[in-house]
Amino acid sequence: MADLFASRQLRRWLPWLLIVVAALVLPALLSPFRLNLLGRFLSLGIVALGVDLIWGYTGLLSLGQGIFFALGGYALAMYLQLNELKPGELPEFFSLYGVKSLPAFWQPFESPLFTFFAIWVIPALVAGALGYLVFRNRIKGVYFSILTQAALLVFFNFFNGQQKLINGTNGLKTSTARIFGELIGSDAMQRNLFWLTVVLTVLAFLLCRWLTSGRFGDALIAIRDDEPRLRFTGYNPTAYKTVVFAVAGALAGISGALYTVQSGIVSPQYMAVPFSIEMVIWVAVGGRGTLFGALLGAVLINYAKSLVSEALPETWLFIQGGLFLLVVLALPDGLVGWWRQGGPGRLIAMVGFTPRSSTYPALELDPQVQGEQDQLGSRSGGQH
Amino acid sequence: MTTTQSMNLLELQGVTVSFDGFLALNDLNLQLAPGELRAVIGPNGAGKTTFLDVITGKVKPTKGDVVFRGRSIAGRSEHHISRLGIGRKFQTPRVYQNLSPRRNLELAVRGPHGPAALLFGSLSAEQRDRVQHLLAVVGLERQAQQPAGGLSHGQKQWLEIAMLVAQDPELLLVDEPVAGLTDEETERTADLLKQLSGDHTVLVIEHDMEFIRDLQAPVTVLHEGHVLCEGSMDQVQNDPRVIEVYLGSDNPEEMA
Repeated sequence: MADLFASRQLRRWLPWLLIVVAALVLPALLSPFRLNLLGRFLSLGIVALGVDLIWGYTGLLSLGQGIFFALGGYALAMYLQLNELKPGELPEFFSLYGVKSLPAFWQPFESPLFTFFAIWVIPALVAGALGYLVFRNRIKGVYFSILTQAALLVFFNFFNGQQKLINGTNGLKTSTARIFGELIGSDAMQRNLFWLTVVLTVLAFLLCRWLTSGRFGDALIAIRDDEPRLRFTGYNPTAYKTVVFAVAGALAGISGALYTVQSGIVSPQYMAVPFSIEMVIWVAVGGRGTLFGALLGAVLINYAKSLVSEALPETWLFIQGGLFLLVVLALPDGLVGWWRQGGPGRLIAMVGFTPRSSTYPALELDPQVQGEQDQLGSRSGGQH
Repeated sequence: MTTTQSMNLLELQGVTVSFDGFLALNDLNLQLAPGELRAVIGPNGAGKTTFLDVITGKVKPTKGDVVFRGRSIAGRSEHHISRLGIGRKFQTPRVYQNLSPRRNLELAVRGPHGPAALLFGSLSAEQRDRVQHLLAVVGLERQAQQPAGGLSHGQKQWLEIAMLVAQDPELLLVDEPVAGLTDEETERTADLLKQLSGDHTVLVIEHDMEFIRDLQAPVTVLHEGHVLCEGSMDQVQNDPRVIEVYLGSDNPEEMA
């Protein structure tokens, strides 16, 4: 009994222990370049958690999460552009377009407190407003997906065209900006940002687990599985969908801000159509409807992407497409679902090692049975 | 049925529903007294499901009014009507397949249904007892933690009825509760519905004549979106108009 208790405690705390150890050890083990990559991919895990929340749990396939991701990134980048400027000075790019005074909407971003909230509140508000209008009109399924993609394109084109406001297609650089007197792009600062990313990823994970584990989470699953039924039970799905879409927007904003400072730039490319579709692929590959799957998918695919792109730059898109096909056809519940349904055992069996049978443990080891098996095997061409 | 308006729990007043000119319901009038158990029958295409859709807010009446406890509910949204105290059981069992029976019931149980209530509140002891009691009533205690998708058809039907009871509505609308059930299950369902009436008002739509006879309830016959006649099962079965309608339904072309 004590053993059981100990093992259960161990199983509960082991993942967290591993995370703490990894966060402390990895900065020493990995080169600054690799550590920075890992930090970026972990921050993408946060946007993937949001995608999982709305798609995996609630059944809303959004192809527009790039909007909220980029909004978070821009909010932080604007603050950094303004930070440590001398009074009356403007960010450099404004002079290229002959802008003499700071546009009004930039001014609040001089405040770190405002920026701290803007990073997640602005995306949440935009997502909440967009979501409310869409959900109230009972737009769902593929129409919802098309609408979110259209919204993404609207934002993309707007940000691309506004040189005088936000430097248009060039985006805003953050790597040369300074905070607390330290260059953002420096190794020391990047290591701090990696730790910040780890902490925020854990917090985002806990938030999502809290949202999905209780009756609220059950209501989300009920919306996904049979929304009209839930209406007749006295629930208003519009409220639930709006809340959860806003939360996913906030997560995307935080993710975008972390990604921006670790990549050194935010640009309208963050609102490119393929990038938002990739977010969905990460969740599908990792396992939708499982929070860990979303994180795993985001980190694994992006790490694979960077490794493959270094070795064979042309092939990544084919591999990514193939991976998506494989998941859709063979692993509908993603890697985590496959793992939970005993996939590894079946794979090992396929390669030729029979997993030990639980019904007759002795049979596999019985010399006579093995002898017969060998005889039969050699006659029929050798299975073993 | 010459009760005054205030005596009736539910009243449909000249309700017409037109789908692009096709009259699914045509000047339908119906009154339900509190505590009543009523059966509604009718051949295919008589408008039985549209009739429930209009009461529960899924379909808005083109003409006429639906009055529940003296207030018009025509045109209000489904969740409003549900919160007023009208519950509905669907033709095919609709339970949340990926949630366990217990969690299905916990979603349905009467109480606040807003996002904040579900996130920050927890079930009261009374609600928990209610869920536990209902699990026992429908015999799903052993399966309480497994996904409801794995239940048998009969168990799903019962779980859905339990969800309806958990909602504790004043008016229960039950659409074909015994479709696909064994004879024994059918009998138990009839007993359950009879128990529920009295405290609740129950309206049952059903094809199974034996079951309706078991219910011993007044019967309303719908035909082409209109009330054809009302009365006891014996009266209705001997009504020449009803016989004609049901014989006519053998020929599907005539019914369209």
